[in-house]
Amino acid sequence: MPESELESLKSRGRIVVVGASLAGLRAAETLREKGFKGTLTMIGDEPYEPYDRPPLSKQVLLGMARAEDTALPRRRDIEAEWRLGVPASGLDMAGRRVKLADGDEVPYDRLLIATGVRARPWPNEAEGELDGVFVLRTRADGAGLARRLEAGPRRVLVIGAGFTGSEIASACRERGLEVTVAERADAPLVGALGGVVGAVAAEMHREHGVDLRTGVMVTRLEGDAGGRVRAAHLSDGAVVECDVVVVCLGAQRNTEWLAGSGLGAGPRGIACDAGCRAFGITGIVTDDIYVAGDVARSPHPLFGYQFLSLEHWGNAVSQAETAAHNMLSDSAGRRPHIWVPAFWSSQFGVNIKSVGVPTMGTEIMITQGSPAERRFAGVYGYQGRIIGAVTFDNARWLDFYQRQIEATAPFPPEFSNVDRRPEGGRPVPADFPDPSVPTHGPTVTLSGYSPADRRMTFTPARN
Amino acid sequence: MKQGILSQILDYANRANPYPLYEELRRTPVFHDGEGPYVVSTYHEIHGLLHDPRLSSDTRNRGAAAGDPLAGQEEGEGQLPPSFLKLDPPEHDRLRRMTNRPFGPPHSPRRIDGMREELRSIVKGLIDGLADGRGGSVGGDGIDLVEQFSYPFPVTMICRLLGVPREDEARFHVWADTLAASLDPDPDADAEQREKVTSSARMELGMYLAGLIEERRKNPGDDMLSQLAAGHGQGETMSTMELLSTAALLLIAGHETTVNLITNGMLTLLRHPDVLERLRREPRLAVPLVEELLRYEPPVQLLPQRTPLSDIEVCGVTIPKGAPMWLVLAAGNRDPQRFENPDRFDPDRKDVQHLGLGSGIHSCFGAPLARLEAQLALSELARRLHNPRLLDDPPPYRQNAVLRGPRHLMIACDDVRP
Ligand code: HEM
Repeated sequence: MPESELESLKSRGRIVVVGASLAGLRAAETLREKGFKGTLTMIGDEPYEPYDRPPLSKQVLLGMARAEDTALPRRRDIEAEWRLGVPASGLDMAGRRVKLADGDEVPYDRLLIATGVRARPWPNEAEGELDGVFVLRTRADGAGLARRLEAGPRRVLVIGAGFTGSEIASACRERGLEVTVAERADAPLVGALGGVVGAVAAEMHREHGVDLRTGVMVTRLEGDAGGRVRAAHLSDGAVVECDVVVVCLGAQRNTEWLAGSGLGAGPRGIACDAGCRAFGITGIVTDDIYVAGDVARSPHPLFGYQFLSLEHWGNAVSQAETAAHNMLSDSAGRRPHIWVPAFWSSQFGVNIKSVGVPTMGTEIMITQGSPAERRFAGVYGYQGRIIGAVTFDNARWLDFYQRQIEATAPFPPEFSNVDRRPEGGRPVPADFPDPSVPTHGPTVTLSGYSPADRRMTFTPARN
Repeated sequence: MKQGILSQILDYANRANPYPLYEELRRTPVFHDGEGPYVVSTYHEIHGLLHDPRLSSDTRNRGAAAGDPLAGQEEGEGQLPPSFLKLDPPEHDRLRRMTNRPFGPPHSPRRIDGMREELRSIVKGLIDGLADGRGGSVGGDGIDLVEQFSYPFPVTMICRLLGVPREDEARFHVWADTLAASLDPDPDADAEQREKVTSSARMELGMYLAGLIEERRKNPGDDMLSQLAAGHGQGETMSTMELLSTAALLLIAGHETTVNLITNGMLTLLRHPDVLERLRREPRLAVPLVEELLRYEPPVQLLPQRTPLSDIEVCGVTIPKGAPMWLVLAAGNRDPQRFENPDRFDPDRKDVQHLGLGSGIHSCFGAPLARLEAQLALSELARRLHNPRLLDDPPPYRQNAVLRGPRHLMIACDDVRP
């Protein structure tokens, strides 16, 4: 019997992974686990092998771990050819090649794109280049910021109180550093968890001695004669003197290199189907290009088939495994990536976790514990069903809420449970800001129904 | 059905091997026969229920007419307030958090590891005792591993953990034995007499602990009781009554269970001599082996005290608010939907997320200590007993169907290695 295409792919095909990230690495490991014997090339723009990001805003800033020591543990040897420190600069879909910034081209039979996201930089480039102004995304960012905090700055300014910004503020306070947080919305975490929970987060900031300024924007960063940042000007006229500024304005998806390639890629990510196969801008799914991790956006059956992009550690791992599985399967063997969004954060000594899509919630009800004690669980409701949940120091119950979400259980919940407090008797508005006013750092982005989304301006196929 | 399956499970005649009954039980994942408890026996359902905030561990939430054959069988803590095992949040969380402060991370990350040498020397002493106990003829009439090893070990441990002075340990053992026996009533004995002995033991133990707490308040040491008594300010201090019921909980929860884990462990090893031999050569096998043991022969077979606070639906069955429930951990641990070849004892099993120590907020508080005790005990027994063999298989079991384990485990061996 002649060898099938799949068998020849497995035994001597070429698979290229762009993005030497968590998703990239886990996909590569899965490919080898599933018996892929061909050549595997890992392309990454940073000069290091894949590393773990969550510690960068936590242990590394506390001086408890070094940024250099965050390399991801390997589940197995992946026997890859590594092309590190050279970003991919283009894609030739018809010719099946990835172009590299150094002019080289790498041919593939199957491609996995896991280029992830990068920190959104400070919009004024000159101000962003002042000494002492940081973003936090890469290992180099983490090492640089940790070194600067170690030196004992007089005041740190954090711009944006999403999860990363709040974790940085928490680490600074734990190190005994003065810190000011400036947030456009009325409270921290509002973009991801709404105003009710945001109010709790605001109290946590203040109790821990953070100088929290809400409802303000930073309009200008000012440097001294030596090019070092010395102050920030706020929209309410205040001036904050500071020698370190950390810009936490959320993430941008690394898709620019795909411009003009014909792939459904844009600022909201790369559209793919539930099996991780990328869409072309025509809305037709490709068969040889797969997407995983933060850069992917895919339709989710539990949430009305809306396209979701999830910046979650667990999602990256699971999606990478599914993509790898599907790359080596025929159409009957492929499986969908159905991941209930989940994330965690630790700040000010509290472990915050969430499942589902709180940002879709219109109401919230505190079902367990009490926000005043910083130990509680709350569920978010949307059109009469439970759509998301959040816990503060109460994570052991999260499985239950996840099942409620999966079962589209009714909201407000009809059950009684342990630790229901009087204030938890009824739902209240979840108080998310108007989506047209950007806040900082929701970790789930709902990005519409169409693969190419806002980029549906039709560009004729090149060939 | 000839005899109801629940009464068969409780029937002493089936104590040595209840697993075929559990297999039958799993065919009805939520079993209910009219007036008894709602019995859940499949892995995923039990796991889900242990993380379900609609279930209470506080039996005061049970309806008046709740018919549970196990109710009232276990002895209460007398005059003491309920321990956190039987409380729901927020009281549960507050007491458990305070108890954990001097016990485990983040505040006391080194407590358990710091006890390793002490555990080792207790194990050494007890195994040395097996050799000289019977005038050198180790094989003679045999050794009762329960009496001579499994039983004394955990009590000594708890004494050291709590900070009971060495000279008082012997008295402590007597009380602990009496209380443990009350968990396992001999149906033929004089019930009234037994109750008298039990309640006076409980009383004496309580008075003793109260005195010790007073003493530790004045002269604190670095033991757990001193640190619990000192408290931590801002409502994070236990009352003396709470402290007493917590100390009693640690004693009782950590005693019978550990005895059974070690005894079940040795019994299982003697039934699988190849694994015993491997353990002798690679003591590190003890770590995965103890996990597999907690799956295969869990000392706590079922949790009898959950009650739903609302009507809940599990596998299509509505369990009404206030009804008694049993979660049969030992049946879930052998659920073929969850574990491959569940009836095989396989210490190399990769996927061994068992229910033996519970799960969720009530998951075993003493787990790190229990694991370490069993690992050290089994690896040392395997290393030092030369050619050990079972004299009695199956061994005689205790009455108790919940905390199930052999009453005696008679073994012989050629020699005790140094
Ligand atoms: C092999 C030995 C052990 C086994 C199999 C075991 C098993 C269990 C199980 C199944 C539970 C859950 C009860 C429930 O959910 O209702 C539990 C709870 C508990 N165990 Fe253990 N245990 C062992 C050893 C110990 C030791 C050595 C200690 C004490 C140092 C201990 C202290 C506790 C406490 C205090 C609880 C109550 C936790 C709570 O309600 O939050 N256990 N144990």
